[in-house]
Amino acid sequence: MIPPKFDYHRPTSVQEAVQLLQSSPEAKVLAGGHSLIPLMKLRLAAPAAVIDIGRIPDLRGIQALDSGELRIGACTTHHEIATSQAVQRAAPLLAEAAAQIGDRQVRYRGTIGGNLAHADPASDLPAVVVALNATLQAEGPQGSRSIPAAEFFVDLMTTTLQPGEILTQIRVPALGQGTGSCYLKFEHPASGYALCGAAAIVSLNPDGSCAQARLCFNGVSARPVDAAAVAQALVGSDLSDGAIDAAVEDHLRVPDPVGDIHASASYRQELAKALGKRALKAARDRARG
Amino acid sequence: MTHGNGTRGIFGSAIKRREDPKLITGRAKYTDDLQLPGMAYAAILRSPFAHARIRHIDTSQALALEGVLAVFTAQDVEEAGIPGVVPVGWLLPTLKTPAHPILAKDRVRYVGDAVAVVVAEDRYTAHDALEAIQVDYEPLAAVADVRQAVEPGAPAVHEEAPDNVAFTWEIGDREGTDTAFQQAAHVAKLDIVNNRLIPNAMEPRAALADFDPATGELTLYMTTQNPHIHRLLMSLASIGLPEHKIRVVAPEVGGGFGSKIHHYVDEAIVSFASMKLGRPVKWTATRTETYQTDAHGRDHVTTAEMAIDGEGKILGVRVNTYAAMGAYLSTFAPAVPTYLYGTLLSGEYDIPHIYCHVTGVFTHTTPVDAYRGAGRPEATLVIERLVDECAHLAGMDPVELRRRNFVPPDKFPYQTQVALVYDSGNYEAALEKALEKVDYQQFRREQEEARRQGRYLGIGFSTYIEACGLAPSALVGQLGAQAGQWESAVVRVHPTGKVTVYSGSSGHGQGHETTFAQIVAAELGVPYEDVEIVEGDTEAIPHGWGTYGSRSAAVGGSAIATAARRVVDKAKKIAAHLLEAAEEDIVFEDGKFYVKGSPDQAKTLAEVSLQAYLAHNLPKGLEPALEATAFYDPANFVFPFGTHVAIVEVDPETGQVELKRYVAVDDVGNVINPLIVDGQIHGGIAQGVGQALYEGAVYDESGNLVTGTMLDYAVPKAHFLPAFETDRTVTPCPHNPLGVKGVGEAGTIASTAAVVNAVVDALRPFGVTHLNPPVTAEKVWKAIHGA
Ligand SMILES: Cc1cc2nc3c(=O)[nH]c(=O)nc-3n(C[C@H](O)[C@H](O)[C@H](O)COP(=O)(O)OP(=O)(O)OC[C@H]3O[C@@H](n4cnc5c(N)ncnc54)[C@H](O)[C@@H]3O)c2cc1C
Repeated sequence: MIPPKFDYHRPTSVQEAVQLLQSSPEAKVLAGGHSLIPLMKLRLAAPAAVIDIGRIPDLRGIQALDSGELRIGACTTHHEIATSQAVQRAAPLLAEAAAQIGDRQVRYRGTIGGNLAHADPASDLPAVVVALNATLQAEGPQGSRSIPAAEFFVDLMTTTLQPGEILTQIRVPALGQGTGSCYLKFEHPASGYALCGAAAIVSLNPDGSCAQARLCFNGVSARPVDAAAVAQALVGSDLSDGAIDAAVEDHLRVPDPVGDIHASASYRQELAKALGKRALKAARDRARG
Repeated sequence: MTHGNGTRGIFGSAIKRREDPKLITGRAKYTDDLQLPGMAYAAILRSPFAHARIRHIDTSQALALEGVLAVFTAQDVEEAGIPGVVPVGWLLPTLKTPAHPILAKDRVRYVGDAVAVVVAEDRYTAHDALEAIQVDYEPLAAVADVRQAVEPGAPAVHEEAPDNVAFTWEIGDREGTDTAFQQAAHVAKLDIVNNRLIPNAMEPRAALADFDPATGELTLYMTTQNPHIHRLLMSLASIGLPEHKIRVVAPEVGGGFGSKIHHYVDEAIVSFASMKLGRPVKWTATRTETYQTDAHGRDHVTTAEMAIDGEGKILGVRVNTYAAMGAYLSTFAPAVPTYLYGTLLSGEYDIPHIYCHVTGVFTHTTPVDAYRGAGRPEATLVIERLVDECAHLAGMDPVELRRRNFVPPDKFPYQTQVALVYDSGNYEAALEKALEKVDYQQFRREQEEARRQGRYLGIGFSTYIEACGLAPSALVGQLGAQAGQWESAVVRVHPTGKVTVYSGSSGHGQGHETTFAQIVAAELGVPYEDVEIVEGDTEAIPHGWGTYGSRSAAVGGSAIATAARRVVDKAKKIAAHLLEAAEEDIVFEDGKFYVKGSPDQAKTLAEVSLQAYLAHNLPKGLEPALEATAFYDPANFVFPFGTHVAIVEVDPETGQVELKRYVAVDDVGNVINPLIVDGQIHGGIAQGVGQALYEGAVYDESGNLVTGTMLDYAVPKAHFLPAFETDRTVTPCPHNPLGVKGVGEAGTIASTAAVVNAVVDALRPFGVTHLNPPVTAEKVWKAIHGA
């Protein structure tokens, strides 16, 4: 639990951070440090330098545009997100998930950008940003670009972020009227991470039938799973318990389910079914108001 | 009940722990907080292989790093000519005792086995240097599983035990038991695993060795539950310094649960390093080292059977257990699955025939030794699971079957078929109290109703007994202990009447500073604030055996009470002399001595003590000063017992088990401090629930500990647990001066069985008869869905 030697930089602007990153390719960006530091202490990561972006003012804070869209700085903490009224209004799913991360200490330090960039499949936020159709803003030597959340996660701990790029902002469109959402997680009893996390969004037509649905999962595969077929099957349905159960039973497929000593792949799929149904039902109830 | 009839009410009062302010404000000094001038830091290189031959070790690159003072290997230990091993402290007739060198010689036997030590000017350099040591290993086949280790052809851990059998041991009457089984109406047979546990004391182990070349004396500050045992073993087997040249000090110790009883290689290694360098050397385990090297607990695989007649009377119990020892025999390892396990297999029941056979097995894993409860939780799980299964087979209520088999209150002292003599007990009283608290009949109705709605509730009972405060010394010696099991105390009244007590117990979070002061305040009639407790220093305390096996109150506390009573006896003589009365006419009450009938002419203990020290006017022949020493060797074990009840709900879709209620009625004899007793019970229950639902060390095929961090190994968290409902019955111990029993392990001993029984009860509609802990959600899900 003693890390090897490393240099430490604390840039004050995104530009400076990008420059530092470019000039020392062996460096790692440090945000809340709640994933990076443990890896360094276990000597599983040994960056030559650490670039602490945690105090760059531009990377912090939550802004709600007139359109309803949220702009969340990458270094905004889980606590800030979970307790933000703007987030609770526009994207309550994100606030609900952030509130379930770790414990109080973790939520006060850990950041949304770090969580997404780290791309731990058992994290709570990846499936949530996918379900919300968020866009991730990255800044690099070539300037800035936007990445749709659905294209961001490649594999276990791997994203489309290029070396030298920093995640700067997460843009989340507001959920419309008549929409409900729910994030449920089945905790790993040791780590508190998700053995399975289900993010559901349901929008109603004026007649109460399903206009749109989303169902995404954390923890069951190396990257967030978008159960689009389940959502498709629900559109136009009456969203009865039976309709939801049937949609999940008939259409939920987890591609490349992961299994380990904590939970086998087959059990994780069962968890996904159980949590998926519950999350959809809760989202429906909330949409109905 | 107290002899001195001292400060009324202090014994038994729920006062807050006096040690807590320093602990919770971070002012307590633990081993790792200590800084000595010229101190260097050690880091220990550990084997990444479960089994390998060491072909060569190259330390040159490490030595070349700036700030590295030395690197030592087995070769250095050998050249120094010291004994260089850590010994086993409990022998059994068939026990194989392969040597456990403090640094591995030519072979490593588990992941974590110590290979070399780096000493450097700072911790960072020491850890960097570990990576610079080149070890040429030849990996060999390993076996981590206790059953696989005794299969023919399994890789041998030690040449001395080619079949990996460390010992075989039996207790009870084999033939009588076999015959009894032939009369059975029902026989329950279960394959029971007592899962391997990692102790997880909050403070990692640490040692700071300070050898003074000028005097030849070694002071060793360390995380220990028993400093004198460490001094003895260090002297005899590890570093070879004479015992009087070694001082072992236990600064504040942050929990142990048994893991800090044992003598590890690490404290010997830093002592050796300090002797070589003539500088203080400190080592503190990382959490990874803690997981890999603190002796683990449990790891039994058992086939257990219980026979009952048509009325539900138990006819016999037959148990065959394979118990992992790990790669080396830890200090008291052989005692745990034998004398602390087989002897407990009668439970609270009058069982005419019992037979138990145990095979101790070497595996390429972390050594296994005493962990909170040590043998008794394992036995309780076996017996309480069997009782439930018998009730199921007989179609009886599990409570009723227990009632029919309890040792009745008029049968004490009760001689079990497995060596112990239970001195006292009233099992049904505790059971009835627990039933009332849970409202058992009402629960069964709710359970019925819930099942109709597709909800699965379960109730589990554990009517447990435990034997703690191991005693007397002559008996434990016959059983193989290479240690006595008495305890020492010095009660010293100062000239002003203030009191310092030196105890051979060695607390590490239990609250001795509070409870022991309560005992003394009650005995001497002095204010509680006037009593100071000193523990954990071989230089200050006569020999002591330390704190483990729930022995501190029953044995250490009894030693203190005995010494305090001797102080009162002497003070009485002096008071009689001062009051010019006969000793028999002196009354001692509330800390004052007076002549019967004249309470207004009293001498306080302080007044008497001052005279004792001035020695101007003492009775003829009486020595000055006012203190007494006691070496208290108990007549028997003590036998706490009780009923624990768990209520769970199982989610059939996910397999998740929710612990909804937990009721504990314990009988720990007279209670010194109810707050502390409740605290011990709470912590114990939490750890037992951990074994039942969450914890379990897992090794892969190559012997890697895959649950090597807190990310993977699930210690129960506060939000997993309900508010515990505790209550007590009081059956005082009949043979010690305070009537106290032990409480440190009771919660752990009882709770695993209660929770597992509750889960099985919840799953009865699915035809489930047994699940082995940890009963994880996936295991439950599979049991429900037949997967
Ligand atoms: C005890 C504990 C419990 C936890 N429980 C949970 C849980 O239940 N659910 C959950 O989802 N998470 C959990 N976490 C993770 C935590 O919430 C953080 O989200 C996570 O550690 C990453 O965020 P961070 O800000 O700490 O990132 P850091 O640790 O600082 O960085 C993580 C990685 O991301 C990179 N990085 C960080 N920020 C950026 C950026 N802006 N651009 C590019 N790369 C970047 C770093 O270089 C590093 O590789 C837990 C952590 C701990 C320690």
